[in-house]
Amino acid sequence: MNEILQGLIQAFWLVLSFDSELITISFRSLYVTLTALTISTLIAFPLAAFLVVTRFQFRQAIIAILNALMGLPPVVVGLIVYILFSRSGPLGVLGLLYTTSAMIIAQAIIITPLITSIAHQSMQELWAEYRNLLTSINVSKIQRVGTLMWDSKKTLITACLAGFGRGIGEVGAIMIVGGNIDNATRVLTTAISLETSKGDFALALALGFVLISLAMSVSFATHWFGKNEHGGLR
Amino acid sequence: MFPLRVTDVKINIKSKRLIGPINLEIEQNGISILIGANGSGKTTLLEALHGLRKLSAGKIEWTISRNLAAAEQAFVFQSPIMLRRTVAENLAFPLKVRRLSKSNVTAEVKIWAKKIGLEEKIKHQAVILSGGEMQAIAVARALITKPKMLFLDEPTASLDGANKKAIEDILISASSNGTKILMSTHDLGQAKRLAKDIIFLHNGIVEAHCSKEEFLSEPPSKAAKQFLAGDIVL
Repeated sequence: MNEILQGLIQAFWLVLSFDSELITISFRSLYVTLTALTISTLIAFPLAAFLVVTRFQFRQAIIAILNALMGLPPVVVGLIVYILFSRSGPLGVLGLLYTTSAMIIAQAIIITPLITSIAHQSMQELWAEYRNLLTSINVSKIQRVGTLMWDSKKTLITACLAGFGRGIGEVGAIMIVGGNIDNATRVLTTAISLETSKGDFALALALGFVLISLAMSVSFATHWFGKNEHGGLR
Repeated sequence: MFPLRVTDVKINIKSKRLIGPINLEIEQNGISILIGANGSGKTTLLEALHGLRKLSAGKIEWTISRNLAAAEQAFVFQSPIMLRRTVAENLAFPLKVRRLSKSNVTAEVKIWAKKIGLEEKIKHQAVILSGGEMQAIAVARALITKPKMLFLDEPTASLDGANKKAIEDILISASSNGTKILMSTHDLGQAKRLAKDIIFLHNGIVEAHCSKEEFLSEPPSKAAKQFLAGDIVL
């Protein structure tokens, strides 16, 4: 209990004193996760809408695989990305191992299936409602995708939040591909892991509180944006 | 002249016959009313004519090319399908799909919002409006592109007298402006008010297609006589 209190006090102190290391690590965490999230949404939303409005042979199989990949173990993703980008790996020539780029790739791989599945589920329900109307109005396939994405934006924001939550709290994969290098690839989760292993629970807790605050701030900001977007109508 | 001809159309689901064989010629002008008891196949026939259902046999021919015919028709469903957008955005949707200029879209939306008496609610979310208002939006959205042919599937089935009258007035006005209307109803009073000709459907087969006057004075089949007398038609 005492350690939690100490952690809280230290977290406040770190934030109030604008601790440069904390700010750098926090911004790096945000940078990695938000970049991965952007890449994932650019893939996941159109893919989910495409799977909703088109019928082809392996559609159900792809949906089943995407759903299964939601539970992809991050450590395994980290390992695969590590092998791909290691010096002897097929993409080793790019020299991305132990960089934030490799961390972004790993996170994007982890959160893309999650966002795709949530987006697919929500757009599937909307499609059941809209299908006859859009067919009747002669809406092209691309316009259907656009309409579904636009009209399910509230749920898509929720899908983004779920992806952000999974990404910002992820430690296994980014530890493997990023290496937790000070001033280079250290982010909040890997820093917490390091401080815990060193026995500095107060600092680990402080970093943990900052991580929670960050995740909650993003969630509140999204909620506020969604409320304004709909003119207060829920 | 007839805008469309139906020849030996059948629709089956697996081995079960839903409608057919149906042979029908729809005239160019006026309001044709499709009547029949619940389950007689009115909705299935309308959806087939509009291209929402695959034919099991037979053909539907338009006097214009298939692509042009698809662009020149609209459909109003029994339960209005509202996009999760404002009244204005719902009305504007078919025009935006056709890539009309913004100024044209705005002007048309204003005209139609006024016609249906919703100019004060133009920025309201459509889904929070009453059933009558939503159906009025659905009819206006179908007519805003000035289609040559409008299909309506019992559009006033769940509306009260005032809302029913409002929709009927819009349809009469559209018909006099050159839109061919084919509408299903089981409201005999409505058929008497609107119809130029009546198509009587019974057990998935067109039992009669004649002028309103002929149908009402000399019902051409036993089932039609029962329907007119208000008896239960089996």
